[in-house]
Amino acid sequence: MLKVLLARAQQKYRTVGFPKEPPVLPDRLRGRPQVDSAKCPPNCSVCADVCPTEAISIKDKSLRLDLGRCLFCPECERACPEGAIRFTPEHRLAASKRDALVLGEKEFQLAKALDEKSRKIFGRSLKLRQVSAGGCNGCEADVNVLNTVVFDLGRFGIQFVASPRHADGLLITGPVTQNMELALRKTYEAVPSPKLIIAVGACAISGGPYIGHAEQKNGADGVVPVDIYIPGCPPHPITILDGLLRLLGRIE
Amino acid sequence: MKSGAPVFLRNGDTAALAEIPAASFADFREQILQAIENGARIAGLFGQPAGTDRVRLFAVLANDAEGQLTLISTEITDSYPSLTPACAQAHWFEREIAEQWGVRPEGHPWLKPIRFHKSFHASGTGVPPVSFDIHNFAPESETHGRDARATTIAPGVTNFFSMDGDEIHEVAVGPVHAGIIEPGHFRFQCHGEHVFHLEISLGYQHRGVERALVGGPDKRTIPFMETLAGDTTIGHTLAYCEAVEALASCRVPARAQVLRAIALELERLANHTGDLGMLANDIGYLPTASYCGRIRGDFLNLTALICGNRFGRGLLRPGGILFDLDDARQKQLEERLTQAREDVTGAVELLWNSSSVRARFENAGPVTRETAQELGLVGVVARASGIEHDVRIQFPSGIYRFAQIPVSSYHSGSVFARAFVRWMEIQRSIAFIFDQLNALPAGPVRAEIGALAPNRAVVSLTEGWRGEICHTALTDTAGKFARYKIVDPSFHNWMGLAMAMRGQQISDFPLCNKSFNLSYCGHDL
Repeated sequence: MLKVLLARAQQKYRTVGFPKEPPVLPDRLRGRPQVDSAKCPPNCSVCADVCPTEAISIKDKSLRLDLGRCLFCPECERACPEGAIRFTPEHRLAASKRDALVLGEKEFQLAKALDEKSRKIFGRSLKLRQVSAGGCNGCEADVNVLNTVVFDLGRFGIQFVASPRHADGLLITGPVTQNMELALRKTYEAVPSPKLIIAVGACAISGGPYIGHAEQKNGADGVVPVDIYIPGCPPHPITILDGLLRLLGRIE
Repeated sequence: MKSGAPVFLRNGDTAALAEIPAASFADFREQILQAIENGARIAGLFGQPAGTDRVRLFAVLANDAEGQLTLISTEITDSYPSLTPACAQAHWFEREIAEQWGVRPEGHPWLKPIRFHKSFHASGTGVPPVSFDIHNFAPESETHGRDARATTIAPGVTNFFSMDGDEIHEVAVGPVHAGIIEPGHFRFQCHGEHVFHLEISLGYQHRGVERALVGGPDKRTIPFMETLAGDTTIGHTLAYCEAVEALASCRVPARAQVLRAIALELERLANHTGDLGMLANDIGYLPTASYCGRIRGDFLNLTALICGNRFGRGLLRPGGILFDLDDARQKQLEERLTQAREDVTGAVELLWNSSSVRARFENAGPVTRETAQELGLVGVVARASGIEHDVRIQFPSGIYRFAQIPVSSYHSGSVFARAFVRWMEIQRSIAFIFDQLNALPAGPVRAEIGALAPNRAVVSLTEGWRGEICHTALTDTAGKFARYKIVDPSFHNWMGLAMAMRGQQISDFPLCNKSFNLSYCGHDL
């Protein structure tokens, strides 16, 4: 018993200050990219050529970068000779609409909070069922980590529960494989209405590296309606937490 | 093709496809059985279309004592006599071959799909349709009420091993589980709490990776490798990089080799620490569960310190790595690793000092050495059953050729053994990283890499945190992948979990399952 107490003292208090304080993130983190078409040389498409998921397109000499497809790999940034695409440490990535994830055309719109009525229902107690539908265990791991003392999800009234019937919504990872489609639909139907659906990671938003494969459905929103998209491969846990809190209107 | 002696390789050696003997099936079978009898394992066994109506089978046999890989092949048409009755290690591979290529291993004792997908022929690889459909084949001609000619493939819809008797009951779990984990289906045959048998049915995570790798490498190949099993990003991507570097005769700078090994050990540290925390959680011992959950993240953050991503995505590329360690970063890595070592030691030693923890771990979910050997289990699970097998020692590549990590093993094969082996490996990985950082070679971290040699084969092994990762690449006449075969350690080890549950209480399943902590997507591909 004494050893247990000594260990407790040694391990200290380790919960992060976020969201009251700014998050501490790795300096090399590839967060929200900045796209500057003005720097593009004429007829250059090296960034689009190296992108593994066709997240980058060039329309009327202007760059578009789809965060829903982006794997946040370093390829485009390294390929661009002019610095027209640059990853910033910006961790806030969640959006309410699929097309809001396309950078380059208009200013990035962060996810909006639920309306007053929904916030009354979910704002102080949100129970989620997680469904991995072809996820590689990267997104799953960084969702799971929110339950540790570091992020302490419980302090926001958010909890992952074992049964969809106990849940207010689903958090979906993975491109939704053909072999998980039925299970996802059944889980969705088992959640009582009204319900929230959260898509986490490039796979759940667009299919990610598996876009176009016959074995999957190019993300969750072709199968169930999605309320919030949290991009990344996988998103940093702070990005996921930011998205959840933003949805509940608990951070501005 | 010559039908001469088998091709012997070291890890990362290549061989001309024409030199790999195409033996008669009888010789192929004999060579495999002989090798197994001499202590070798099947590291890979897979098919590849040859001409319009034949499949060429390749076997990768690993002889741990010699550190030697043997590559042999044979050609078959639509059926062949199953190897499984004489060699249990082949059972899952043969089910995979039957599902992928529509060939029938005659006499296989439990021939069922493992992933529930269309055969690669049917999914348009330009090879004629096949005669044998595993999805419409039921062992012992039983269909259990299923439409024998069902046209759609439904995962998990198949006949399961079942028992009859007073108060015998069946428990079905999954694919959606209670926790935040990947999907799979478990079918238990029980009498009260007592489990007679567990059958595991997977495939829910199948994303079509191997099919899509043909014709590569291309710009999606790296993302595939990094997400084959997302918790093993470094392990799989390293196996891939070493495979293509061998095919392109590319020499990786020493500094990159060391930093790759550091990343591989950090991945092991994060996962082993997380597993010990989850094992503590599953028996309700919350101090270690809580601390290890956090310390796992500390290790992931060290990988992010190097490359910006907690799982190491974007770090490894053929030819080397994309992110170097500057002096300040190295100093920070050392300081934070020192702190993490102190924290993890304090957290994990609580387990061994607590008699209630030991009582729950010891004797739970035992796998005997004989069973582990017979099934060809790998990694932590094999070492916990007393098998001294570790790719880093027996098939070293990169910096492991010069810097050895002692093999960590234990004799009892129980949950305790699998936990304790992880703890020994945690200590040795940390010591290894400090050693490597002390003698970090200077120089570049990436070399130019050219085209892949045509018509060659390469076998690339790495010791991922779960165990042996085996990638086998075959190139075509243009130096593109004609086949890229991936064997995740989970592919070998899922059957080990089923065996560990025999005679156990069903309430111990979460504990036993966590002590294996196998990959669903790494299996399903």
